[in-house]
Amino acid sequence: MTATTAPAAAPSRVVSPGVGLQHTLTLAWRSLVQIKHNPMELLDLSIQPIMFVLLFTYVFGGAISGSPGEYLTFMLPGIIVQNALFATMTTGFGLNNDLTKGVFDRLRSLPIARWSPLAGRILADTVKQAWSVFLLLAVGMILGFRVDNGVLGLIGAFALVLVFSLAASWISVLVGVVASEPEKVQIFGFTLIFPLTFTSNIFVPTATMPGWLQAWVKVNPVTILADALRGLLTGGPIAWPVAQSLLWGAAIAAVFAPLAVAALKRRV
Amino acid sequence: MSHSIRAEGLVKRFGATTALAGVDLAVPPGTVFGLLGPNGAGKTTAVRVLATLLRADAGHATVAGYDVVHQAHQVRQAIGLTGQYASVDETLTGTENLLLIGRLLGLPKPEAKDRARQLLADFHLDDAAGRAAKTYSGGMRRRLDLAASLVGRPQVLFLDEPTTGLDPRSRNELWDIVRQLVRDGVTVLLTTQYLEEADQLADEIAVIDHGRVIAMGTPEELKAKTGGQSLVVRPAAPDHLPLVATIVRELTGATPETEQSNVTVPVNDPAVVPTVVRRLDEAGVRVIELALRSSSLDEVFLSLTGHRAEQEPVDDDSDVPADRVARTERTRS
Repeated sequence: MTATTAPAAAPSRVVSPGVGLQHTLTLAWRSLVQIKHNPMELLDLSIQPIMFVLLFTYVFGGAISGSPGEYLTFMLPGIIVQNALFATMTTGFGLNNDLTKGVFDRLRSLPIARWSPLAGRILADTVKQAWSVFLLLAVGMILGFRVDNGVLGLIGAFALVLVFSLAASWISVLVGVVASEPEKVQIFGFTLIFPLTFTSNIFVPTATMPGWLQAWVKVNPVTILADALRGLLTGGPIAWPVAQSLLWGAAIAAVFAPLAVAALKRRV
Repeated sequence: MSHSIRAEGLVKRFGATTALAGVDLAVPPGTVFGLLGPNGAGKTTAVRVLATLLRADAGHATVAGYDVVHQAHQVRQAIGLTGQYASVDETLTGTENLLLIGRLLGLPKPEAKDRARQLLADFHLDDAAGRAAKTYSGGMRRRLDLAASLVGRPQVLFLDEPTTGLDPRSRNELWDIVRQLVRDGVTVLLTTQYLEEADQLADEIAVIDHGRVIAMGTPEELKAKTGGQSLVVRPAAPDHLPLVATIVRELTGATPETEQSNVTVPVNDPAVVPTVVRRLDEAGVRVIELALRSSSLDEVFLSLTGHRAEQEPVDDDSDVPADRVARTERTRS
């Protein structure tokens, strides 16, 4: 038996930020290595976005834009936004799983940085997020999507999606903390994100919608973010939609991050 | 003498519910302390406070000499926690779970791997090391859980209902592990609803009910407290059970328990036995068995709290000995 008492070394008093970062990386590794044992999650992250791109391009493309190719140019930036918002729900889902299964308590009983379990999960989900964006762009390009603003535009689009999802994932964290079980996180995410992303201009130009709906679609952050990505990837106004997207992101984070952290402190 | 765990006046309320109503504990190093009580008695809350997961509303506690609130980080370096509320990641393999903990505790990768391999071997999980924990049986999962809490070689180990829902063999294995840990110098705080478990493992027991410690002592002291003995009568005809109950109630002044085909009653004076025999004979009750025996902790609990220890519904995938199932009924309405 190996569980002998530790030699009486003086325990450390605080966790330094550098060590906290190591904890975060280790916990992010843990979230990513899960994919290896649960291939369904990889399918979820990969097949679904590809399927959406294919379906929308070839089923709706002709009717909405006259040709699949033209529609792809219009729709791909939007579908990246939709996919990113759905993907933020994995943060809340995973967190809720940890909370309900007792994994979170185990982590909190360890001498690690208090913020590292949450930070590790968000970091891992950002990696998954980046993979989805990459995949969508790659599939789009195979189907004929052209990036007009070169590498800088690509990098800008990547960065903007990741920053915005990071902000939006605080909503997911709040839901994950408040929900009593992981399934409820999924149901909530679906019922919120589906109407939110469809009442935007990601699939259909705003001008075709009734006036009352246009009023909402124009201010919907999903529309604004999609426009910003269109600007970065395929040309069009960049500065204003990007600035507005960042403002929306900042506002969402400013409201939901404190709420989520407070809810987490109350729950544990 | 310095204590590994010391709590004074711990109070914790959740809304209108008082989970801990002033709990004092003192556990010497290298011993097993059993916190015994029914569901909702406050056992888990006490463990969560001591393991720095929950802050008490009043009172204070030290673990391994450090204050659980102001020196929580030091406490966390000295403890291991296993139980219903601290669990492994089911999607990771056994090795990955232990590797994760080792890395979080600051072990370099090769050392963390060695430690994981060693613990998996110690706990007979080497064959399952590469499988996701969700494929483990109940007993294997508890062993992995316990292994995870030992990665850091804790001085103080909290075991929160470690054998709830386990079959007898897995339970015995876990008990052996705990005994070995104590021989190695680890201090163990164990919560349990199984009186037998506390009796088997604990050097000292605190009986806790409604957030209060209602009795404390060694298992022997607690058994002695209730007068020590009980009389068991088994009539030949089950129809006679109510009559037997009436007679023993009359003669002992205590409330008898009727269980299956037995009537059991606590007795303080063994001299009452011949009278019982005579009265039963006069009443024409033929008796198969009539025995005087030392109280079990079960009966101690009953006499201290006025109700029997309750049981949680157990996991479907586990075998539960019949005698435990039989205890689930409450006698207090």
